[in-house]
Formats: sequence, structure tokens, C-alpha cells
Amino acid sequence: MAIPISYNVRNLVVRKTTTLMTAAGIAMTVAVLLAVLGLVSGLRTAFAETGDPLRLLVLRKGGNAELTSLFTQEQFQIVKVFPGIATWPDGSPKASLEVVTIINLPNVDNPEGANVTLRGVSLRGAEMRKLKIINGRWFRPGQREITVGKSIVKRYPQAQLGKQLKFGKGYWTIVGVMDGGQSAVNSEIFGDANQVSSDFNRPDTYSSALLQATDEVTAAALRKSLEADRRLNVTVWTEREYYAAQMVSAGPISFLGYFVCIIMAVGSSFAAMNTMYAAVARRSKEIGTLRILGFTRGSILLSFFLESLLLALVGGILACIIVLPLNNVTTGLGNFITFSETSFNFRIGPVVMIIGLLFSLILGALGGLLPARQAAQKEILTALREA
Amino acid sequence: MFRYFSLAVKNISRNKRRSTLTILSMAVSLCLLGVLIAMYHALYFGEETPGQALRLITRHKVSLGQAIPYAYEDKIRRVPGVREVSAWNWFGGTYKDNREAKNFFARLGVEPKQFFTIRTQLIMPDDQRRAFVTDKTGCIISSDLAKKLNFKIGDRITLLGDIYPVNLELKVVGIFDDPDVSDTLFFNADYLRDALPLARRNLNSTIAILADSPDNVPRIARAIDDMFAEASPPTKTESEAQFALSFVSFIGNIKLFLISICAAVTFTILLVSGNTMAMAVRERIREVGVLKTLGFTTEKILGIIVGEAITIAFVGGIVGLVFAALLSVAVGKIAATVVPQLHNLSMTPITAGIAMGVAVAVGLISSLLPAWNAARTNILDSLRYAG
Repeated sequence: MAIPISYNVRNLVVRKTTTLMTAAGIAMTVAVLLAVLGLVSGLRTAFAETGDPLRLLVLRKGGNAELTSLFTQEQFQIVKVFPGIATWPDGSPKASLEVVTIINLPNVDNPEGANVTLRGVSLRGAEMRKLKIINGRWFRPGQREITVGKSIVKRYPQAQLGKQLKFGKGYWTIVGVMDGGQSAVNSEIFGDANQVSSDFNRPDTYSSALLQATDEVTAAALRKSLEADRRLNVTVWTEREYYAAQMVSAGPISFLGYFVCIIMAVGSSFAAMNTMYAAVARRSKEIGTLRILGFTRGSILLSFFLESLLLALVGGILACIIVLPLNNVTTGLGNFITFSETSFNFRIGPVVMIIGLLFSLILGALGGLLPARQAAQKEILTALREA
Repeated sequence: MFRYFSLAVKNISRNKRRSTLTILSMAVSLCLLGVLIAMYHALYFGEETPGQALRLITRHKVSLGQAIPYAYEDKIRRVPGVREVSAWNWFGGTYKDNREAKNFFARLGVEPKQFFTIRTQLIMPDDQRRAFVTDKTGCIISSDLAKKLNFKIGDRITLLGDIYPVNLELKVVGIFDDPDVSDTLFFNADYLRDALPLARRNLNSTIAILADSPDNVPRIARAIDDMFAEASPPTKTESEAQFALSFVSFIGNIKLFLISICAAVTFTILLVSGNTMAMAVRERIREVGVLKTLGFTTEKILGIIVGEAITIAFVGGIVGLVFAALLSVAVGKIAATVVPQLHNLSMTPITAGIAMGVAVAVGLISSLLPAWNAARTNILDSLRYAG
């Protein structure tokens, strides 16, 4: 027969200082894990939502970044008549010739300035991405106007609607703020392709082309025929693959985070073990009594083991509460593919929390097993005789 | 005070398992803290090598991705205090396959003669130096890179261009050691320049500068940036160490990350130590009564208990730092691929001192409350205490 769990709960409540201190120690470890997972999950959302599997990104042969890619008007004229590209109601292909470069703006974390992606597109190229304007309007072709992502407005004090930014050959007016859901477009600035390319002295060399395929089968076929065309000499990525590759920007921070987590986990398990050994020692008489009442060694083992899990779970829940304020906090990470910063929100969602709680249970199990075994192995008489 | 030290040690050895677990738990956390402090120190208070202290880097003010004109080089050479100037050109490109992380290393085009003047601490045999100056398709690589990818002198390396529409066929003519360079290949910039169409021969990504004395470095930086303040493009000049640090801040807010994790770890140690002392003191309230009856003053009892906690923390700290010394070297090796400043991460006396300071402070703070509670209980109450 199992010892009722309320016995364990009451024991934890009676020793509330010790319980809380041990749980808080576990909570710190789990909180670090949750913060790192929240960061990675936020970044993944940003990149996953940017990528549409039907949109193809055409870069120069071997290219893996828009920034370092080169793409000419002539190439674009060849590409846009390929079969399989979706069309606008007026019959023109859903294809966009784009120029991508970076500019430097000071932000909250880096007063010295962080790199931001500036994308020169046509209005239709912007429309292809199904973005919403939440404030103001789109830039006008041929004007020194830009529309900025919503994260840009949040993180860069200079980049507010109606203000001007100086880059390229002069001042650009911010005429609108766009919303790309959770996507990486929120960290970009859009302007007219011709205007941007002339400001950055690259009238002939654009960066890339974005195509919308009609369906997945044609997308694959279109990709094959583009890559096989000898006139073009290009590499094609689906937009989803392209952004997935940028998850590398979470690499260094998450490596550091997991490293810290594992070491802290070892320390917290020792601490939990300490607390449980003390619990076993103090309740020696109780253990003897329980045995006399007919509870088996197995149920004693289970009971103390469960108590340790419970203790750790309190820590896990504490950790969730501690990191909750971090949810939706905006931060930025740079990567060496785009050479610019992507802003995104921490996402402490249900999955992340469940992983955190499981992790806390693992810590509890590691800390509780040996003390529980010791409790179960006590002989009735010696147990009763112990102080 | 030290007369009672043996009493503190005796108390520690009374519950060996608890003391061992506490010491292990603290050792693990302090080991981590040691490594993190070492990282922080290496990044933000790192000693410049003699060569670094003399070097500056000038780059495009807006972003690293954009070139600065070739003509700037001569203008900078004329700034008082400048001994030599050398253009560095970031080639980017692909070696074999980008998907494998080990194939990613820095590839820079340089002017060999000036390059050797500027890298004052570079070690390479004279015949290899001559070969790099004379052989236009020659390249030299850092010894760590040679080891990683198993390159030997005479090997051929093909780099596929992305920023530049050319492929480079290089021959390894030298392998060098330089305290400030890792994971890097240098090739002759003339080779690249000659392969490019005339319109694209303006290559400079950054300009490296050697000053005649470390004291002149800030003045030279200001003089250069003032000179180009109204030019197009304006420049940003900083010391080599600052330049490297701007890459670190680009990866993410590492500073905030390190500080918050150090805080979390310290708080965890505080909890572990506090918990142990609370448990230890609770068991001994009667003894405290006996000690008082024997004439021990409140202060002495306080001292004995606090001394016990500090001793545990101290031992934990020493054990932890021994492991930290080993771990930091390993972590530094791994982290150096992303953050080169960490390539010879180790426990310096300062780092160890800070970590031990934290350990002792934690021991003191965590034991004050339980010790005070025990010491001020009056004799009768403590003798009556049932435990």
C-alpha cells in the first residue's frame, strides 16, 4: 500500500524554510534553462514565420546570403518569365527584384549602433510578403521614403514615424510602420528598389530575386529549372530554408546557456540530496513507525522519492513564475549571414514551461533517489531508537 | 578567534555527508562562477598584447559590409604617429561546403609587405615570409587552422567567391603563429584585384594601422575620423581590441547575459550554504545552551557558527576553482571559434581572487541569520529545546 501523498505535502509545509530554500535553488537552475529556451523559441518563431515554402529566393551561384549575393536586371528579365511563377490579376508575374544592404543605427543595447537590414523592393515585392501597415503608409516609388518594421520602431529611438534617417546619399523619411506577424521582416527597413540601389552606387547589381510559385510541386520544378539554366548561374532557396539557416545566430548564446544549465543542475541536485538526507534523518522514528504499521520498504522508498520530486516541482513552478516577465520582451541577436540584427520576442510558451518542469523533476529524481533508498533500508528497531 | 577554529572544523566533520554534499554543491557552482568571471574578464578587461596596443582599425562608419575607398589609405598614412597602413579585404566566400561549421574561417586579402610590418608579433620562418611576398597566388594560414583542416605547406585551397564574382586558387606557402589571430587565411589582395573587372577593383573593407606608440592610439583614431567626418563615406576608427569587442556585442547582449547568470549562480550558492547552516544550527540549539552555560559569549558562539560556514565555503571555493582552471581552458578552446578573445581563457589570480571573495562573502552572509538566531536564544529555552 502506498503512503498518502498528503503525508509528503505536510512534511514539506512543516519544514517550509528548508523547502523554500532548496526549491529556490532548483528554481534558479530551471530559470536559466527557461530563459535560454525562450530565446531560442522566440528566434525560431521569427524565422519560421518569415519563410513561406512557396516563395523562392534566387541568389548568385553558391550564395547563402542576400547581402553578399549579386543579381542583375538581365538575369531578372530571364527569371521572371519562367513557367510556374504565380501571377497578379493583371497577368504580370509575382517576382520581385531586390537590393539588400545594411545600415547602422544606434539602439537601446548598442549606443554605438547595430546593423539593420535595408531592403530595396518594388511595392509589389512588399505586397508579395502579405504585410500589414499598422501606421502610416507604404513608401512611394522614386521617393526617398521608407517603411520600417514594427520591431525597428521599438528598438531604435531614431526610427520613429515621421522622422528622418540619414544613410546612403542623404535623408530618408519614415512614412510607415509595417507588421510582419512574428517574422524577421519586423527587423527590416523597406524602401524603393531603384532609389536604394542608386543611393548605394549599385544601379546594375541588385542582390536577389523573390518568386512566388503557384504550388509546391511547381515550386520544386521551378527551382530545378532555374538552377539548371546555364545563362543564370544561380542558387535557389525556399524562403523557409533560407531563414532556417539563420537560426545559427542563437548558437553562441544557447551554447553558453546550456553549458551553464548543466553545471548548475549538478549543483542543485547535490543541494536537493542534502535536504532529503536531512529529512530522512529527522524522520527516522516516523519511518520506523510506518514500517510497524505495515508499510513496506517499497512504499517508504516511493514516498521519499515522491517527496523529492514534489520539492523539485515547487522549484520548477517558481522558475516559471520568475521567467514569466521575460515573455514577449524584445531582444536582438546578430548573425554573420545577414550581418545585421534580428529583433524578436522571448517566448515562454507552454512547451517551454513543460520542458522546464520536466527538467526540475529530473533534478528532484537525481537528488532524491539515494536518500529514499537509505530511508527504505533502515531496520525497524534501529530506526525507532535513533534520535 | 582562531582558538575556536578547531571547534568549527570539528563541527563540519560531525555530519560528513552533509558537509561533503554542501562542499560539492558549492564547488560546482563556484567552478561555474569562476569560468563566467574569467570570460567576463577576458572580454571586457582583457590585457591587450603589445601588438594589439599599437594597432587600430578604420572601417566604414555605417557598416562593416561596405568598402572604404582605396584613396583613404594614403591619407591615413600621412597622419602623424602612423607608422604603417595596410588594407584588409574580407573575401567571404565558400571553402568546400558551407554547411559544415569547420569549413568556415576568415579569409582576408592583404598587401604582404605592409602586412608583415603591422603584425609585429607574427611568427613565421623567413623563407615562408619571402614566399608570401613573391608568390601572388600564395596564402598563409594560422597554425590552429592548419591543424583543424589538416593543411600543409604546398596544399591547394580553392575559395568560391560570393561577395566577389571570382574563385581563388591558392597555394599554402606559410603557416604562422600570432597571439591575436586565429582561424584565419591571408592571401595576396593583388591576386583578387587583378581577377576583378576594373569597376570593382576598389576593395578595401577595413584599413589596419600601426601606431608608433600606444599613447598615440586615441589621438590617431580621432584624427582619422575627423579627417573623413564630412567625406563620403565617413569612417570609424577604433583600437584593435575595441573592434574585436564590437563583434561580440553583435552576437547578442553577452554582457547582460553573463551578469545575470553570475547573479543567479551566486544566489544559488547563497541558498545552498544558508540551508546547510540552518539545518546544522537547528540540530545544535541544545549545545549552544551548554556552551553558554560554560561561559561562551553570544559573540563567540556567533563567531564559531559563522566560521564554520566560511570554512565550508572556502573549501568549496578551492575545489571549485581547481575544476574551473581545467574547464576554462576547454571552454576557451571551443568558444574561440566564435569569440576569438577567449582563445586562451584561463583562471588568472584576479579571477580566482574574485571568485574566492564571493565564496567567503556567501559563507558569511548565509550563516549570519541562523547563527544570530541560535546565539541570542536564552540558555533555558535552548536547553529545553527538543530538536
